Amino acid sequence: MISHLPLYPLLVPLLAGIFTLMFKRLGINTQRWFSVGFLLLLLFVNLVAFNSTFHTSATVYALGGWEPPYGITLVLDKLSALMVLLTSLLALGAFSYALFERMDTKSLHFHPLFWLQLFGINGAFLTGDLFNLFVFFEILLIASYSLILHGNKEERVKAGLHYVILNLVGSVLFLLGIGTLYGVLGTLNIEDLALKISSLPNSDVGLVAAAGLLLLVVFGLKAAMFPLSFWLVHTYSSISAPVVALFAILTKVGIYAILRVHGTLFGADAGELSYYYIPWVLNLGLLSLIISTLGVMAAHSLKNKIGYLVLVSISMLLILLGINTQEAISAVIYYTIHSTLIAGGFFLFADLLARKNILPHIRLVGGLFFAYALAIAGLPPFAGFFAKVMLLDAAIQNSQQAMIFTLVLTSTLLILITLARTGSSLFYEQKFEHEGVATVLHRRSLLSIFFLLFLSVLLVVFAHPIMEFLSQTAVEIIHLKEMTE
Amino acid sequence: MELLLALIIATLTGTGIFLALRARTYPVVLGLTLLSYAANLFLFAMGRLSINQPPIYNEQITHYTDPLPQALVLTAIVISFSMSAFVIILSLKAKAQLGNDHVDGKEQIKEEPKL
Repeated sequence: MISHLPLYPLLVPLLAGIFTLMFKRLGINTQRWFSVGFLLLLLFVNLVAFNSTFHTSATVYALGGWEPPYGITLVLDKLSALMVLLTSLLALGAFSYALFERMDTKSLHFHPLFWLQLFGINGAFLTGDLFNLFVFFEILLIASYSLILHGNKEERVKAGLHYVILNLVGSVLFLLGIGTLYGVLGTLNIEDLALKISSLPNSDVGLVAAAGLLLLVVFGLKAAMFPLSFWLVHTYSSISAPVVALFAILTKVGIYAILRVHGTLFGADAGELSYYYIPWVLNLGLLSLIISTLGVMAAHSLKNKIGYLVLVSISMLLILLGINTQEAISAVIYYTIHSTLIAGGFFLFADLLARKNILPHIRLVGGLFFAYALAIAGLPPFAGFFAKVMLLDAAIQNSQQAMIFTLVLTSTLLILITLARTGSSLFYEQKFEHEGVATVLHRRSLLSIFFLLFLSVLLVVFAHPIMEFLSQTAVEIIHLKEMTE
Repeated sequence: MELLLALIIATLTGTGIFLALRARTYPVVLGLTLLSYAANLFLFAMGRLSINQPPIYNEQITHYTDPLPQALVLTAIVISFSMSAFVIILSLKAKAQLGNDHVDGKEQIKEEPKL
């Protein structure tokens, strides 16, 4: 049983997707019970998987017993287990909101698609093979294409069209990158690729470098890195709330892929190609930060603002990836957890504000907005503050420290001012986006939003053990190769 | 043969990119399809070109063609085929709901986009 542990986070969502589709005829309530049951099971499985990584190093699971480098592997290590666990926690928040607000009945197949989305995300986190990563990307993409249309509004069709076309081009580039790597190196297993790159003859360096940068474009598109980020705000602000809350993890899949694929392939042992992609990531991250901060200030609606705030958090993560020290890597993971949860919760919150009459609960809702604004701007007592401290701390030794300090601190200040302005116009002048008589807010819907915020508070309360774990994780990522040899 | 295949891939990619940059959904879908053909051929060629050789490794056989890219291409073809089907349906839906087949959903930009 336990030896198949890396497989369970994939099997549970896949089976759940199949079952919810199969038993659709029994009615929406049966589907809901199925989904709740499977979600709790998934959470349990992920906790067990996460727990198992505390004392062991990476578990490499050969699918079908085909040993690497010939077969496809799943890798369960501290980072992938943590990301999978984070996905299931976020899914719990998004899913409970969909249930509380009865949003899962607005199109035919919400439940199966939701599960296939989780299947794709978990697979992308767990796989140890580059082509398999492509396949899981496609699974999560095709589920997300359909989920974008959930709720069926004109705006969503338009946003969906852009998103689908962009990602199809991304998939083509991904295939070209994979093809080039396979043509030169003759393998697709990520660790094996790293091994081959460390003994690469000089004549092939250019080809492999080009393939690596092609992959960076693909992952940058997923993560919404600066020149590839224009789709995000429009898409995210027009799709339905539980879906967009779950999508908060999708951009992080891109960040994870850069960390995992580029960090392993072009790590310290890669000779001439060692960390050659870092300047790109750092400079594009800084550029992203400028553009997205301006976007936050310019955006009119709260949903657009949150879209740009997601871009801000992505830029921070890119900058941290670009600093590329052990502290920076552990800060990447810490900030990923925080920003995913907060962005997901904030999207749900914006949806409530846009659709419901909140006047009977205005103090509660106003307080919640205040907490979320502090959390997303990165002020104490929330985890974003610690992440920023870690960022600045890690940036001190970097050659671009002046630039990083100026941009990060200015951006935080500007975001804070903008959010204060948004809060005052929302709650003092009460300029809400809904028109006419909206239904009164039901308090249980706030539960999911509180839940996601509470998780971020837990990140602060248990900051010390979490940071210890994360620095072990960072060591594991940086020294992956030494351990496998 | 290598030159011929390279030319084919280059032509497919070139026309694919050109069409994908058009403003109507039909040429864009066509462009995406051509791009995925190019990617599939490219992936196939990465196993090196060889004719009349078995796609399997055996102790007695010294010359064999690499079977892995063929398996990869098969997967990629299935995926790109389904994605093409999806994007066709989506653009038909967009045409039906938005009333035109412009990728931005409107004939021309007359006013500031509503925020």
